[in-house]
Amino acid sequence: MKIAVLQFGGSNCDYDVQYVLSEIIGVDTDLVWYKDELNGYDGVVIPGGFSYGDYLRAGAIAARTPIMNSIKRMAEEGLPVIGICNGFQVLVESGMLPGALMTNQYPKFRCQWVYLKVENNTSPFTREFKEGEIIRIPIAHMEGNYFADESVISGLNSRHRVAFRYVDPGGNATEEVNPNGSKQNIAGILNVQGNVLGMMPHPERASEEILGSKDGKKIFHSMIKYISSLVST
Amino acid sequence: MQYHIEVTIGLKDGMLDPEAATIRKALEHLGYPTVSLGLQKKFIIDLDEASSDEAYSKVDEMCKRLLANPVIHNYDIVIEESI
Repeated sequence: MKIAVLQFGGSNCDYDVQYVLSEIIGVDTDLVWYKDELNGYDGVVIPGGFSYGDYLRAGAIAARTPIMNSIKRMAEEGLPVIGICNGFQVLVESGMLPGALMTNQYPKFRCQWVYLKVENNTSPFTREFKEGEIIRIPIAHMEGNYFADESVISGLNSRHRVAFRYVDPGGNATEEVNPNGSKQNIAGILNVQGNVLGMMPHPERASEEILGSKDGKKIFHSMIKYISSLVST
Repeated sequence: MQYHIEVTIGLKDGMLDPEAATIRKALEHLGYPTVSLGLQKKFIIDLDEASSDEAYSKVDEMCKRLLANPVIHNYDIVIEESI
């Protein structure tokens, strides 16, 4: 099994993700430059950062690089693709996930721990969690305000495509704990098939006890288990 | 024929623009209360095309594929022949 962590100019969480996957989870993980070939991988992580300086719109330029065609192909084949923070922005800009990520409602860079509720624990990225589990993972972004029109939002809800929501420690998705103004406190969403996840919080920053939480590790663990199940069937 | 094109892109009506809201508040602090304030982005493009229609459809395509995000933006294209 081999995972690719994509690198664009301006990616800056690439090494953190590679470290967690290879050292903590123990899976073979390569950093792949966006101009290189994306062949022979069983899953892809689009990491956080500021690809192309957030020029035009966050993620807009990276989303239009040719390597994204390879990623779309992999997603169509059912392989897992996860976009974290800037990676989530790239996924919505590429059309692989619906909606848009706009400037935070209070237009400030928010860097803090948040509580998330696992809304869907059947996806390739969340199957290690209990349904409705409350987890702790940090965010660090300026454009994380998830927007989509009402019909898209209700479709996401009815098809269980909201993976995570910002909540208080008791699991309530209140306005006070919404860090960026996202519609219905949405922090992460899945594509129709469930094998593409975009999320603003950084699971790679919550994968070791020494960093204050290991909840993020379960997301990578889920992904690896899912890939193993693909191989064995 | 060369065409000079100005594309103006802004948020759709009713969408919250935190940047504009912040600037509006700062103006208010300076003693300039405003009824409303919006922000737009303008792209200035010169293009060689056979006709104005072709130039328009090319720029419209640029907007749809990259310059605007159709989920949140409206855009307006103004074309004139370069002299």
